Amino acid sequence: MTPVTTAEELHVGHGGGTPPPRDGGNGGRGDGAGGGMAHSVPLRAYYLGLSLGLVSILMFFMALVSAYLVRKGRGDWQPLPVPQILWATTAILVTSSLTVEKARKRLAEGSREGFRVWWGVTTLLGLAFLGGQWMAWMQLREAGVFLATNPSSSFFYLLSGAHGVHVIGGVLALAAVFVRRQYRRVTQAAAAEMASIYWHFMDLLWVFLLLLLVLGR
Amino acid sequence: MARKRPFQGSSSRGSAAVAIAIAITLVLITALTCYYFIWPKWWFPEAISADARDVDRQFMATLWVTGITFIASQLALAWAVVRYRNRGQRATYSHGNNMMEIVWTAATVVVFVGLGFMARDAWASLHFRSAEPGALQIEVTAQQFAWNFRYPGADGIWGRTKVSEISDSGGNPIGLDPADPAAADDLVMPVFSVPVDREVELILKTKDVTHSFAVRELRLKQDTVPGLVIRVHFKAEKPGQYEIACAELCGLGHHRMRSFLTVLSQADYDKWLAEQMALKREEMGLSEPEPEQPKQ
Amino acid sequence: MTTQAHEAHAHGHAHAAPTGFIRKWIFSLDHKVIGIQYYLLALVAVFVGMFLSLYMRINLVWPNMELPLVGTMTPEKYLALLTMHGTIMVFFVLTTAPQSGFGNYFLPIQIGAADMAFPVLNMLSFWFTFVSFAIMLAAFFVEGGAPISGWTGYAPLSAVGEIAGPGLGMGQTLWVVSIVFFCAASLMGALNFITTLIDLRVKGLTLMRMPLTCWAWFVTAVLGLLAFGVLAAAGILLLLDRHAGTSFFIPGGLVISDKLIPHSGGSPLLWQHLFWFFGHPEVYIAILPGMGVASHVLSTFARKPIFGYRAMVFAMCAIGIIGFGVWGHHMFQSGMNPYTAFAFSLLTMGIGVPSAIKTFNWLGTLWGGQIRFTTAMMFAIGFVSLFVSGGVDGLFLAQPSVDRGLHDTYWVVAHFHLIMGVAAIFGIFSATYFWFPKMFGRMLNETLGKIHFWITFIGVYCIFMPMHYSGMQGQMRRYPDSTGIGFLSELQPIQQFITYAAFVTLGAQLLFLLNFVWSLWRGERAPMNPWRATTLEWIIPSPPPHDNFAGNVPSVYRGPYEFSVPDQAEDFLPQHLTPAEVGAQNGKK
Repeated sequence: MTPVTTAEELHVGHGGGTPPPRDGGNGGRGDGAGGGMAHSVPLRAYYLGLSLGLVSILMFFMALVSAYLVRKGRGDWQPLPVPQILWATTAILVTSSLTVEKARKRLAEGSREGFRVWWGVTTLLGLAFLGGQWMAWMQLREAGVFLATNPSSSFFYLLSGAHGVHVIGGVLALAAVFVRRQYRRVTQAAAAEMASIYWHFMDLLWVFLLLLLVLGR
Repeated sequence: MARKRPFQGSSSRGSAAVAIAIAITLVLITALTCYYFIWPKWWFPEAISADARDVDRQFMATLWVTGITFIASQLALAWAVVRYRNRGQRATYSHGNNMMEIVWTAATVVVFVGLGFMARDAWASLHFRSAEPGALQIEVTAQQFAWNFRYPGADGIWGRTKVSEISDSGGNPIGLDPADPAAADDLVMPVFSVPVDREVELILKTKDVTHSFAVRELRLKQDTVPGLVIRVHFKAEKPGQYEIACAELCGLGHHRMRSFLTVLSQADYDKWLAEQMALKREEMGLSEPEPEQPKQ
Repeated sequence: MTTQAHEAHAHGHAHAAPTGFIRKWIFSLDHKVIGIQYYLLALVAVFVGMFLSLYMRINLVWPNMELPLVGTMTPEKYLALLTMHGTIMVFFVLTTAPQSGFGNYFLPIQIGAADMAFPVLNMLSFWFTFVSFAIMLAAFFVEGGAPISGWTGYAPLSAVGEIAGPGLGMGQTLWVVSIVFFCAASLMGALNFITTLIDLRVKGLTLMRMPLTCWAWFVTAVLGLLAFGVLAAAGILLLLDRHAGTSFFIPGGLVISDKLIPHSGGSPLLWQHLFWFFGHPEVYIAILPGMGVASHVLSTFARKPIFGYRAMVFAMCAIGIIGFGVWGHHMFQSGMNPYTAFAFSLLTMGIGVPSAIKTFNWLGTLWGGQIRFTTAMMFAIGFVSLFVSGGVDGLFLAQPSVDRGLHDTYWVVAHFHLIMGVAAIFGIFSATYFWFPKMFGRMLNETLGKIHFWITFIGVYCIFMPMHYSGMQGQMRRYPDSTGIGFLSELQPIQQFITYAAFVTLGAQLLFLLNFVWSLWRGERAPMNPWRATTLEWIIPSPPPHDNFAGNVPSVYRGPYEFSVPDQAEDFLPQHLTPAEVGAQNGKK
């Protein structure tokens, strides 16, 4: 039997014995600089994971929003008095998205101090947002509007509450980046970027939910 | 010690026995399945309306298509397993055949989706059109664990119901309002009758959870949903007594929630209805029948 | 050192093999250990689920029997068994073993990675599943017992509380809480699977060179990522209705046992839409991995490339995409808009097409092959037969008019059991017999395996085929006792036959368990590649070392199913062999 000497002589189908494409195909990186490295997870994997997490969170909220839209169409809907403080909290959240970008810019410029200042401000603004949301709930309670009072109030508490829970997660992420000195799997800049992507997502989500709750009346 | 036989079992004699056993099993399963589909004893009960017959026609069309698919697939599997068992031959090196893929995909689309379009009419006759005008209207209220059928009574007017009046223990399961004179003569009963060859409209409601009104012989099934009033219609063509069984899990009495639909000739139905109304008048404390009533 | 190398190097250190029992076997970060943990959880769950269904079958035939642990059967006990049977089987067996069990173990290896992208998240997702299972089982032991509203938990029955029936109090709440935990676990897992598959593939392993098992795990993970969030939302709405006085699903004016329920304005159909929007993709989550395994095993033991690899990939993606558009077919008789129902029906008939394509391709793989009948192969062949049976009877249910005669009857029970409770299970069995040598370094006993196959294959047909006939006759689902209704009491002989078949089939599963446990300690030692297969898991020791490839990361040079390539010395070409190595191998012969 004549030995096959070149890849082309192997008559194979589409999956045949061609050498791996030069750019590694679509595959992940192989062995890293260390040679025979066990488990190198490329940085982009963390970004992909984050995006997928945001997709699943989005699906969760879309389910709640579709329930909202269905429920709204039924007879007993009473429009909700929107607590005025929500405009303040929204402004705080939007501002915090700006400050988080400022912090990242400082980090990119090499100013660690500038980064910490603006990142700290962002974290505090996040906490202020949560505090303000809590105050909004208190204001509603004082006005006699509770979770089960009316479907519109149910959805208000539910949507703002679910969003708030996710913001708590975001604040914890911001705090972790603030506090952490040593980074093993990713760089600090990458961690900051990912936390800020999550944060912007929470900001946009809140704006969307607020518009839904307010404009839909 | 080196293993005598490789792990994938390449002994040809062994593989012939296994292959033939698999093939025979598949053939037997196919044959038995087909036999019991053809055997009349386990078929649907007789259809008693035109709509039901439409459903059955669609079922048969589907059975032909799926039956052929089922038989062909199982037999092809049986054949392949025997014909291509390991006898030392070399397997064909092929990654597939695009033309075949296109052909059988297109054929499947046409057959399956075509069958789906064909099913439209039997669905439309029940759900895309309302009951014929002049249909006999009967209100059905499901509850844990009974059916309540209401006729409007001698005055032909549905009485008002109030949720606050509902009392199973007090004998007022659907909450007829005692303050409404039109409600006094409403007939509420756990079973119901209809005349043959007459369009009947059922107004389906439920008091508590989701139930489902189902009559096999009419091929009729409709969930009763809390908060909704759902209308279905049928025209029964054959007198008889047909069981009603709840078809949506509603609690621990789900299996006990049964009733009967009795289809009577027009004359028998009129007689039956008059008897019911007479009983009702007795209950109400009246002795003389009301003057000539509008036909129900 | 460059930053890149620093990262890679640092991460390599973080992945040194753990010592100590807890780090190694309990809170392990190793995808292989986690995969086994999931598999064992599913194994426990399947025996619990089978035990529940056995009691159900006994009750249907001998209702007055005193049963251990349950006593005399009552309707509420039967409905509780039914609810928990369905929930446990669908979630903790069919959503767990094929994807989280085998997928966790073999996805990284088949793509040449040392572990999943996020090992800590992986560990968390297992422990959330474990907690979920514990909470679910706890429902049996609280006052009122387990819920009676079915695995579908339709509102308002599941929402109004104990007034509507036993078990609908604390039991139902625990059920919902368990499900929400399960959603969180599944979302974490899905995220991990997708990221790993996209970003950690080894050099040369393009998407179109991935084994079909990987494709199946991928599509399944995408479905899970999109669907479980919706179920979590539905669960939270249900919890609020139950405990916070809201009325998402409960309309006004409901009177139960003469008591007015103090809710108003909600929609029971909203629950159904949310549940089934999740629920339909869920059943594809249950079957897709089995399809991947079937393709893989059929190709390996027919010694032939899979017929139509591209079409198989296309079909799985089509099933995934269309699978999000057919949920209404569970709701034809629910009072939904009839025009929308018809649209759902057409899409459902359409989704039969990719399934048919896959069936043709499986047959095409066998055609012209050189079939070896190992136990794994026999279960894969059985899978094809059962997939056809369970698939075609779905075509009836997909048409709303025909569904009028069949909805909520045993025809539906036959359909979903054949396709999920049997075909998907056959996928799990095939995978077990195929991969047990790699996972545990020992062979399962082939003789016991074949007996297991024969009894199970014949047994499941005996159990579930007759249900079509009783369904046509009107046998209703979820009835603890059918003898009260005239036309149903005539069907008792069928019920008896099914129950006897169930006993025998269940016995065969004990045989499997025996084989499994015995082989763990006394099975014949497994070589690296007992099946002469081509994918990357077969080039590492059985069982694999902690970091899978022990630093020798392979590259991939060809597709996954290069069997019986002409003019080769061997009848299989592993993916990792360089052309030079293949040449050398040929040169020797």
